[in-house]
Amino acid sequence: MNSIKDTVAIVGVATTEFSEDSGRTEYSMACEVIKAAADDAGVPLEDIDGMVKDVVDGIDAMYVQKALGMETLTYSSDSHWGTSPLINAVTALAAGICSHVVYYRSANNGSGKRAGSDFRAAKETKDESLDLIRYDLHHPFGLMGPAGSAGIGIRRYLRDYGVGAEQVGWVPVVCSEHGSNNPHAAFRNAPLTIEDYLASELVVDPLRRLDIAPEVDGAIAIVLSRAELAADLAKQPVYVGAVAMGSGTNGEHYSSYSRDDIAGLPEMELMAAELYRVAGVGPDDIHVAQLDDRYAPYVPMQIEALGFCGKGEGGAFCEGGDNLRVGGRLAINTGGGFLSEGFSHGVNVIEAVHQIRGTSTNQLDGVELAMVATGAGGPADGVILHS
Amino acid sequence: MEYVPGIPILKASRDDDNRPFWEAVDEHRFVLQRCSHCDRYLQPPRPMCPQCRSMDTLEWVESPGRGEIYSYVTYTTDRMAYPAMKVPYSVVLVEMEEGVRLVSNMIDIEPDEVRIGLPVEVVFDDISDDLTLFKFKVRED
Ligand SMILES: [Zn+2]
Repeated sequence: MNSIKDTVAIVGVATTEFSEDSGRTEYSMACEVIKAAADDAGVPLEDIDGMVKDVVDGIDAMYVQKALGMETLTYSSDSHWGTSPLINAVTALAAGICSHVVYYRSANNGSGKRAGSDFRAAKETKDESLDLIRYDLHHPFGLMGPAGSAGIGIRRYLRDYGVGAEQVGWVPVVCSEHGSNNPHAAFRNAPLTIEDYLASELVVDPLRRLDIAPEVDGAIAIVLSRAELAADLAKQPVYVGAVAMGSGTNGEHYSSYSRDDIAGLPEMELMAAELYRVAGVGPDDIHVAQLDDRYAPYVPMQIEALGFCGKGEGGAFCEGGDNLRVGGRLAINTGGGFLSEGFSHGVNVIEAVHQIRGTSTNQLDGVELAMVATGAGGPADGVILHS
Repeated sequence: MEYVPGIPILKASRDDDNRPFWEAVDEHRFVLQRCSHCDRYLQPPRPMCPQCRSMDTLEWVESPGRGEIYSYVTYTTDRMAYPAMKVPYSVVLVEMEEGVRLVSNMIDIEPDEVRIGLPVEVVFDDISDDLTLFKFKVRED
């Protein structure tokens, strides 16, 4: 089988400030961040001929092009959330449809609509992946917002495998430790303790307030280029060893209740198998990963699904936090994760790029491989990057 | 659980894939979709059986409405909750004896009494002139 392995590199990254209220439009943040990422890469905006974005972003790509003076796009696509727009960028580049692609996300999710909670607007605008069947069967009973939908499966995971709060709680604790060193983290505070976590209110029981990544305002952009064009640009290329998606297994976004076992992340398992196959590596080769911590219990579930420990062992893996810290078996979310940086798709890819460039604020020594996973609880997307 | 007066409850939009289900609920009957060829129940409803890929073997069959709580969440703060419902309230996922699972609410017990494995049976809640929902109560037998 042909492979996209090493045909594409990430050459530029940028973020705006992340905050609870940006005080500006998504349009303006998108333009600023795309220009900054192109500058970081040393790629003139007029040379960028592909653009990908998240389908839930409000700003249509054509308006962004209009403001940035990008006149000659030969590839443009909207993809579902997570890092899947990045996968579209990689496949378009590998197929030779274009030379340089910018992936952007710009969203005022902190100050504006909370993703998934404005159910009526969501239904009218067909937000959240056109999932009207779910709305009809869930909203009349008050099951709304992704936290509630996710909580039903998470409760089964915690119960079926005996995973406790004193284990899961180390995820927000370690993310807060990492975020406390990251000046760009919107929720940069003194690191949490496990006692803080255990005292945190159950807001959508079984989820505590500190389990749930806060939505933020902000924008990110990533420039990707065909590998043969990447070496002569401004920054060290970060090569894409593999991209993969996983979908199926009777799935829904956060509410895959009709599958036999709702206590796992089978889409993530499918995605991981493909990532490892394409990249030619395995979990033993990977020591830093940016995982989807929108809901903290998804981290032990991902650690299992990605093969870093056995089924049901994710809680023990997280307990005490040492495995998850820089220098541990698998340093996670070294920028602070969605829990500390704030929830915005794509930001975790940028932290993985920093780890390979050697520019993270929680830098591991000599990183050659870094993994990114998103889409826990639904269609999964993942990337393996290397130096 | 209790509703907040004046806030409408979002209704299901009915289409050819789900109409028999909601029309039965209007009449206080509980039906589930089944493929007659595979003898397999489907939830949520869909236009094709995923096993035999037939579109004309799907039927709606009466269910005794018996099951048990498979999982649940409890909303405790207004900020996260459905505006039409007073917190705290629980949303349960019920596994029916037919094997399929449905999201609903309990009518007779408080959130702190909800447990995985609790046997339940379907009841109908006429919330307003134009809205009936299926819900569950604890089953004694
Ligand atoms: Zn069939």
